[in-house]
Amino acid sequence: MKNFFLAFSLIFSILLSSACVDKSANSGTATTGDGTGDIKVGVYGDLTGQTSSFGQSTINGIRLAVDEINAAGGVSGRKITLVSEDDQGRPEQATTVVQKLVNQDKVSAILGEVASTNSLAAAPVAQGARIPMITPSSTNPKVTEVGDYISRVCFIDPFQGSTMAKFAAKSLNAKTAAILGDVNSDYSKGLTQFFEQEFTKNGGQVVTKEAYTQNDPDFKAQLTKIRNLNPDVIYIPGYYGQVGIIARQARELGMNMPLLGGDGWDSPELWKLGGESLKNSYISNHYSAENPAPEIQNFVKAYQAKYNTVPDSLAALAYDAAKVLADAIRRAGGTDSAKLKDAINQTRDFKGVTGTITLDASRNAIKPAVVLELNPSASKFAFKETIYPEGMSAPTDATTSNTNMMMNTNQISNANMMNSNMTNSTQMNSNMTNSTSNINSTMNANR
Amino acid sequence: MDTFVQQLINGLTIGSIYALIALGYTMVYGILRLINFAHGDIYMVGAYAGFILATSMGFAANPSAFGFVITLVGAMAIAAGIGMAIERFAYRPVRKFSKMTTLITAIGMSLLIEYLFVFIFSGTPRSFPQLITNDNYTLFGNATISTSQILIFVVSILLMILLQYIIFYTKIGKAMRAVSFNLNSAKLMGINTNFVIAFTFALGSALAAAGGVLTAQYNPKIEPLMGIITGLKAFVAAVLGGIGNIPGAVLGGLLIGAAETLVVGYGSAIGIPSTYRDAVAFAILILVLLVRPAGLLGSNVQEKV
Repeated sequence: MKNFFLAFSLIFSILLSSACVDKSANSGTATTGDGTGDIKVGVYGDLTGQTSSFGQSTINGIRLAVDEINAAGGVSGRKITLVSEDDQGRPEQATTVVQKLVNQDKVSAILGEVASTNSLAAAPVAQGARIPMITPSSTNPKVTEVGDYISRVCFIDPFQGSTMAKFAAKSLNAKTAAILGDVNSDYSKGLTQFFEQEFTKNGGQVVTKEAYTQNDPDFKAQLTKIRNLNPDVIYIPGYYGQVGIIARQARELGMNMPLLGGDGWDSPELWKLGGESLKNSYISNHYSAENPAPEIQNFVKAYQAKYNTVPDSLAALAYDAAKVLADAIRRAGGTDSAKLKDAINQTRDFKGVTGTITLDASRNAIKPAVVLELNPSASKFAFKETIYPEGMSAPTDATTSNTNMMMNTNQISNANMMNSNMTNSTQMNSNMTNSTSNINSTMNANR
Repeated sequence: MDTFVQQLINGLTIGSIYALIALGYTMVYGILRLINFAHGDIYMVGAYAGFILATSMGFAANPSAFGFVITLVGAMAIAAGIGMAIERFAYRPVRKFSKMTTLITAIGMSLLIEYLFVFIFSGTPRSFPQLITNDNYTLFGNATISTSQILIFVVSILLMILLQYIIFYTKIGKAMRAVSFNLNSAKLMGINTNFVIAFTFALGSALAAAGGVLTAQYNPKIEPLMGIITGLKAFVAAVLGGIGNIPGAVLGGLLIGAAETLVVGYGSAIGIPSTYRDAVAFAILILVLLVRPAGLLGSNVQEKV
């Protein structure tokens, strides 16, 4: 009898939960109706895994933004509450926690992830359930290609990779480069591709492309191979956990050429892992905490007061993502998911800490990047130079006629897609091709 | 030429670590016919024990040979204790059941240790402090060797000599050999088999912990899941050399280490991408099992049917 009861309740609960899933999957607005209570926002990130410094910074940045918004009376009188989930830096876990945020917590919007691989794993869930997701710092172009509910407030890898290639070719006068990338990371693969393209275009030569996995016990085998070719610079588009060790082992092998990287290096842990070996290294990043502009310094001060540490770029982007979301909720007049998505995608000239944020046709932010020089004795990234996307010049002026034109076409295509009764997958497909072509045009415009 | 020597040095460095861990696998298998899947995690526990010792006793701030020795010996002692505890509370109670039961217990133990450490220390990679100043020495041409690499070679050779001495020239070593020959007969001869088994676990765990601390000097990033792949490769090394055979484990470890480094260094010339370094270890395992199922140095045991 007892067993029967157990089985019955089990079946009942399964039915109940599947009913919930159906509801949220079929009718986009069902879970996000225009209530008057608090607005639930889901956050997911790596809080305990190999890249947990990313997740911690992200959540700190979002919390700071939300606290400021709520202290100022919330969004149209409604407070924002955060539901945070840990994905341990694993893509399959990212999918699971976003499913939970969508189906159980019924959040109105999602902020996250940092690593592109994890964002790519979770984005289809958000897109399928039509919950807007803003990734603060995933830079791989494919992330927003998943669908029109996915957007980001950072620049993308074609720009980030070419920034570093330009810097290497022009500022460091490098003629040859070696690339050492993480074979399992979409972020790393994207940067490798775009660095190589731009570096070759600037008359440089990529002498070898080596790869590692995050579990490699050492990197000396790859480095020895690179040493033989004696390149002028080594580009390492990886995450801080491996980069620190790679720098150390490269210097041990007597390789003293500049090491170049991207925003994946940005973590306080990097200094402990790499130490003095990180001298003569440069990274591309989203902002510099040293920038004297008042909006940046106010943010740095508020962040330091709350968390007692200097905010890295992931914290700054997360802060911006939360503010962009709040602004979009205000403009959409509520949390109706379709309206909210449109409001997010129409974000224009939003003054953020990491620059002026304007989303282009592929829902990517077009922003300048900064090149920072690593200073291990002070554990600090020192500002070196700002590199603007072509067509944008200092002071920031994102609304060129070119971007405007693309914006309009995008709005039309979005509207078309919402009206048509295509199945989900075809919708994604058409959207995918749509945004690929847009990316190409963006890239062409950048060149 | 110097590049080849350099790659060989790199390969033998990690090979020595694999060998140290493989010894633990092979000894436990020799005595209990058990693959102790938690052994790779003991390597990680050793690295964390060393990390805690080094930071709490202040060796991190001022590097010295004394600090390194204390950290190494301390970590080995702690790991030995944990190894014995695992044997006493996880394996001994199920030893009387089928071999499969113990095997599954070992897998469970491995997961328990891993995620207990994730729970306690979080998955964030920690940076292990440099305990002795790391210098580089040029051998010839471009071939260099660092202090941490020399340390790995010297300490692992010393430990292997010590192990050889314990097994062949001490009373407990004789008892270990007797137990590995036949557990029940050894028991009948008045050998305290429980003690011998516990001692074997302690010995194996201490060696793995030494591997953990030495690796952390070479590659100072430690995290709770670092033992999975390394442990798996050490297991492959043990099987490659002939599981249950001690010189075989050392040979297997060095071979696997050298092979995977050479694949990264020269694999692309013969069409193997450098990212296949992990696959190579397992490919070698499959080949060896096909050709010589007992392993390189293993003896063929005739099973009576």
